[in-house]
Amino acid sequence: MNLLLTIVVDGLIYGSWLFIVALGLTLVFGVLRILNIAHGGLYAIGAYAAATAVPVVAGLGLPDGFTIVAMFLSALAVAIVVAPILERGLLRLFYGRDEVLILLVTYAVFLILEDVTKLIWGVQPYYVFQPRLLFGNVQIGNLFYVGYDLMLIALAVICGLAVWLGINKTRIGKIVVSVIHDPEMSASMGVNVSRVYLLAFGLGVFLAALGGAFTSPLISVQPGISVSVIVVSFAVVIIGGLGSIPGAAIGALIVGLARSFAVHQVPEAEIFIIYLVMVIVLIFRPEGLFQRVEARKI
Amino acid sequence: MKSNRLLGILAGVSLAGVAAFGTSTVAYAQEDTFKIGVVTFLSGQAAQSFGVPAWNGGKMLVEKLNAGEVPAPYNTKGFGGMKIEAVVLDEAGGASTQVQEFRNLVQREEVDAVVGYVSSGDCLAIAPVADELKQFTILYDCGTPRIFEDGDYEYVFRTAAHATQDNVGLVHYLKAKDVDVSSYSGINQDYAWGHDSWADFQAAMGQIYPDAKVEAELFPAFGAGQYGTEVSALMQKPVDVVHSSLWGGDLQALTLQALPRGLYQQSQVVYSAGDHVMPPLGANMPEGVIVGARGAYGFMAPDTELNKWWFDNYSETFDVFPVQAPYRMAQALLGLKTAVEKAMAENGGKKPTDEELAAAMKGLSWESPGGEIEMAISNGHQAIQPIGFGTTMKDDNGNIILGDIIRFKARCVNPKDGMKSTEWISAGFPDADCD
Repeated sequence: MNLLLTIVVDGLIYGSWLFIVALGLTLVFGVLRILNIAHGGLYAIGAYAAATAVPVVAGLGLPDGFTIVAMFLSALAVAIVVAPILERGLLRLFYGRDEVLILLVTYAVFLILEDVTKLIWGVQPYYVFQPRLLFGNVQIGNLFYVGYDLMLIALAVICGLAVWLGINKTRIGKIVVSVIHDPEMSASMGVNVSRVYLLAFGLGVFLAALGGAFTSPLISVQPGISVSVIVVSFAVVIIGGLGSIPGAAIGALIVGLARSFAVHQVPEAEIFIIYLVMVIVLIFRPEGLFQRVEARKI
Repeated sequence: MKSNRLLGILAGVSLAGVAAFGTSTVAYAQEDTFKIGVVTFLSGQAAQSFGVPAWNGGKMLVEKLNAGEVPAPYNTKGFGGMKIEAVVLDEAGGASTQVQEFRNLVQREEVDAVVGYVSSGDCLAIAPVADELKQFTILYDCGTPRIFEDGDYEYVFRTAAHATQDNVGLVHYLKAKDVDVSSYSGINQDYAWGHDSWADFQAAMGQIYPDAKVEAELFPAFGAGQYGTEVSALMQKPVDVVHSSLWGGDLQALTLQALPRGLYQQSQVVYSAGDHVMPPLGANMPEGVIVGARGAYGFMAPDTELNKWWFDNYSETFDVFPVQAPYRMAQALLGLKTAVEKAMAENGGKKPTDEELAAAMKGLSWESPGGEIEMAISNGHQAIQPIGFGTTMKDDNGNIILGDIIRFKARCVNPKDGMKSTEWISAGFPDADCD
């Protein structure tokens, strides 16, 4: 019983972390039809920004809770600065082009961002330990967990709900949905499509940076952290269905639980099982779990 | 018109001057400089832990050697009076990229020697190419025993001991410290280094702790970053010892994630090659962890004049104590200096050829900050060296240091010449000199 509980809790924590990152990835694809490999680089910049901001805030003598605010604001700052540069300066030049071409463009951006982080922050590691101390330790079953790790579950739920409600229950969300379905018709009805694209891309960048920012207390922030996250995040959105928010949630949950089961029971299959799940899903649902088959517009 | 002709003449004279000066510079350079191609990670995950500190130390040492400021027996300038000139390349990009870069170093840069390679995959790819091009090459860092156990090269040498000693020495240390081990687990990266380290550790444990049982064998992906689930898996099955050969950011992340969950209180954790995470982790490094450095390096280095000079100079220059990577770069460069000067003593003082360098390096021994390096196995192409282990603890100022240090002789922890590592361990370390 303890083992089952541990597998579930570990799976939820890992899946929550994945979901925060994959949410931005699926949102950007859903709206802009961009498979954004640079998402991993934006995640890394978010981690670096938080690792820079948190010690500054901690040094000001403010209550420790402000370090969480600093992580949130640093992700926001990354989105405000980086999203317009990338979307206005580069990606909009490729809208409507072959998706493979855009994939290559975002891969190039990914490599550039990797070097940009090195130019700005160097190769030395950064640590932010303060936020991880905020929530103490919690005993679940026979093991102790760090409260901060469990808080990630709540953060993932908040992010998922906020984006889902924002798209489905607000006026601007309806505009975004109209652009997703038919950007030309939306434009003819007076929607500023390019602004919607910027907004969606900015939100995607924010979520990537937020994932990086809230991961920074768990790791040493240094070159190379962007690689593994983008690979697994792609697996999540492919399982869930590219562009689907509930799909990303279920995909992250499945990957998290499958990986946790493997680590505890068949550790040699830890990596294999993620892609086994992906293959099984694609065999039976080639569009992913939450994506409907659509007629192609010619 | 006149001014145009004048300009033309001036340009012609300038070009002729440049050409003449350039030729003489090249001639001067060829006679009076020794050009080394240095290849190490300047980007990617291994840069922060290995590549950058290695070349920081290497660059400092080259400057000091050129100035003749290194203590005896290295107090002559440069290599046999020749100024050392280094061309530094990034090791990132994979083995095929490195093979191409190696050819460029040899054929375009016309280096006199190559010193490089952290990745075992790169070493395995470079060694046959070095022999094909007849280029004297020193592998300064990579760990796989397979280089010379599965291959035979004329121009290739490795000036650091291979990885077998890391885990054999570690098990000797556990025994020397009377650590009672009835069960143990491992968390190692899912690639050759992690699997080989775990296999060596298990094999050595089988010899020294034959009754100890393995509980969990975890192999997270290289660069995984998230180890919460692995920590839970390790804690679900309490054991006496948890072994890890993780390195760099992965080891730092594991430490940060495992520390608050009590893994270090539950088990004796051993990091077979973890010294390099102590400076960056600082106060976040738990006490009581047994740490190796793939040599007798840093806090574990012998108390010699050379090491004192090296340790102090490096610490003052970079504001951090030297960990394993710069030590290995230093022992490669000092070995190269010794070989160059030995070859020059035999050829009448000329710059040695690749063949003369290879002959001089074969079976050579020299003093390094980490102790004596002996090219004693694999037909004189593979080094053996002493190795140290220690336990993390805090000094009076609260800084994390290593104490309870034990150094093992090179011939205690390295396989005897002519025997493969795995066979040597399985046979119960025949001819090991551990007195």
